[in-house]
Amino acid sequence: MSDRLRGALLFGVVALLILGTGIVQSWNSALLILNMGLVSAVMALGVNLQWGFAGLFNVGVMGFVALGGLATVLVSMPPVSAAWSAGAARLFLALALGAACVGLAILVWKRLRRGVRGWIVALVLVAGFFAFREVFDPAVALIEAVDPAATGYLGGLGLPVVLAWPVGGVLAAGVAWLIGKTALGLRSDYLAIATLGIAEIIIAVIKNEDWLARGVKNVIGLPRPVPYEIDLQNDPGFVQSAANLGVDATTASTLYVKLGYGLMFAAVLLILLVLAQLALKSPWGRMMRAIRDNETAARAMGKDVTGRHLQIFVLGSAICGIAGAMMTTLDGQLTPGTYQPLRYTFLIWVMVIVGGSGNNFGAVLGGFLIWFLWVQVEPIGQAVMTFVTAGMADGSWLKDHLRDSVQHMRLLTMGVILLLVLRFSPRGLLPER
Amino acid sequence: MEFLNGFVALANFVLIPGVAYGSQLALGALGVTLIYGILRFSNFAHGDTMAFGTMCTILVTWGLQGMGVSLGPLPTALLAIPFGILGCAALILFTDRVVYRFYRAQRVKPVIMVIVSMGVMFIYNGVTRFIIGTEDQNFADGERFLIGAREFRTLTGLDEGLAIRTTQGLTVVTAVIVVAVLFWFLNRTRTGKSMRAYSDNEDLALLSGINPERVVMVTWLIVAALATIAGVLYGLDKSFKPFTYFQLLLPIFAAAIVGGLGSPLGAIAGGFVIAFSEVAITYAWKKVLGYWMPESLAPDSLVQLMSTDYKFAVSFVILLIVLLFRPTGLFRGKSV
Repeated sequence: MSDRLRGALLFGVVALLILGTGIVQSWNSALLILNMGLVSAVMALGVNLQWGFAGLFNVGVMGFVALGGLATVLVSMPPVSAAWSAGAARLFLALALGAACVGLAILVWKRLRRGVRGWIVALVLVAGFFAFREVFDPAVALIEAVDPAATGYLGGLGLPVVLAWPVGGVLAAGVAWLIGKTALGLRSDYLAIATLGIAEIIIAVIKNEDWLARGVKNVIGLPRPVPYEIDLQNDPGFVQSAANLGVDATTASTLYVKLGYGLMFAAVLLILLVLAQLALKSPWGRMMRAIRDNETAARAMGKDVTGRHLQIFVLGSAICGIAGAMMTTLDGQLTPGTYQPLRYTFLIWVMVIVGGSGNNFGAVLGGFLIWFLWVQVEPIGQAVMTFVTAGMADGSWLKDHLRDSVQHMRLLTMGVILLLVLRFSPRGLLPER
Repeated sequence: MEFLNGFVALANFVLIPGVAYGSQLALGALGVTLIYGILRFSNFAHGDTMAFGTMCTILVTWGLQGMGVSLGPLPTALLAIPFGILGCAALILFTDRVVYRFYRAQRVKPVIMVIVSMGVMFIYNGVTRFIIGTEDQNFADGERFLIGAREFRTLTGLDEGLAIRTTQGLTVVTAVIVVAVLFWFLNRTRTGKSMRAYSDNEDLALLSGINPERVVMVTWLIVAALATIAGVLYGLDKSFKPFTYFQLLLPIFAAAIVGGLGSPLGAIAGGFVIAFSEVAITYAWKKVLGYWMPESLAPDSLVQLMSTDYKFAVSFVILLIVLLFRPTGLFRGKSV
């Protein structure tokens, strides 16, 4: 079977699965799966860029996804003018001061000779930290005191929410550059631990810095790029065309909104997929794969391995940031408490490995397929458990326990799928060509 | 008097919790570092291995409590630990047989092994949640305090109280015993020596007739014991929640890397470095400084360097500093 045919077949299977969901369950859940599948596919593309092209082991996907979500708040929410006048100037002064201290420390480190410089750098950093906190804490207190139940943060820029997608990418790219500068060039497992830590820190910052995005108090009611269902239901023209199609207005409006999201996400995925494909086939892509397969040889050929690694690390993280912004837009809220590494880092890795690392179409396929399974394992598990426990006496603790534990089947299934693919088809469903 | 009061406050809030947490991290990091030395990969499933071993122990503890067995002032869980280790070892050896052995025979790159351990992590995580659920489980019983704050105050006449929880004392004692036994085993027994030889130079070890499968099996057994003990001690000291154990992965890895991956001594040192910095940086120093500084200089604010939610950031920053300036760690681990 040729690669092309195999790919077409597998994508056909995924399409059938989603269509089947629409027929058996409801079109709303099918579209939900499709939309999150599109977002997951974009994330998988980003990870595939780093792992499949360059062999970089990034387990900090969650952090970049969360940064994308943060960008959505910062771009789309209306600014809180009271908070701005209360402490914004002081806050930015504090941030500038902090950045200046770090800059000074780096400068000292580079300019001075060995010996004393370590102590001077430590002194600059410690003094800088206390000065920073001295300016920073009152500013934060002022901002968070502004109507804490509703706002208590600076708000955003009040721009259209779609703008947040590229901004999310840029934000993630900026942070990725900082991380890459320090952590790339370490061995693969060290990079893994470093990125794992960075992701936790990004989440911790978003959770705790209430002035930024309200922390665990969540930002809800983000602006949407598509109309609201209730407006559609009140629009006589829409109700009329829904009736012509033989659907009631409520269902039609929810489907319409989800389709709108789906089309926008599909456009983004398509653009990124084309770009990734072009990159893979370009001399740049061949150089990346050469570096991945043999760093020493590539370096001997005069390739700047660290520089290229930094480049692709930033690009891949930016794509994850875009996907994160898209996801938060779809949810309509930023809830930092829901970011968990198993769901936002390791699940994306399962997608890439199962789909086929090094193959963009494989990553996209993995994104859809694994997301579908992630959603559907629960109802399937429910059915299996009902069947298994059918013979047991009602009210026995084992029966209750088994039925209650169905929700934990997901992680188990994902692990089993990952191990099976790694064992029997280590290059994934759509292997790299 | 002022100085003593300050010191007692420091001991109560920083030193004792730091020592207990450090011992728990050190035991965890020892497991990670042994796997790294012998099997040559970073085991992402370690946190969930700890969770699984602890879960086995908790189930047996509940059984023992149900039968009315108790250790008096000590937690019943101590009696259950051997069963927990057995359960954990059975699971790990089974995993090794059906998963890891295949890749070992193929001599895949370490990073592939890490991805494999990611899959194992998912499965362990799922199994643990499947059996015991995601909620907090408190399984500590017996005497709560070795010495309570009030007792200490009446005993010494100081203003500050010092409370040592039984679990904290137990953690330190157990950790010392476990580490002593482990080092005796690694340095004095034939099997331990063959393990070290295998870790230093695989080919030479094979040439001298060391059976690699046996070395690997013994390693997994030790790891099962270490992970279960570390997990149970942590669970007794705080509480058992599968997700917290998964999150422990980060400080544990930080400890192992800071000490030097592959070096058992380094893992212990790293555990204490990470634990003390975490506790010290997230502790509000107002009280201690109030005792130690002259009246006029006593601080008004809490003097808490960072909020407790940033404790991961602390272990991470230390990790980063060590990686940048001394990539092999404090004790010169492997740098390959």
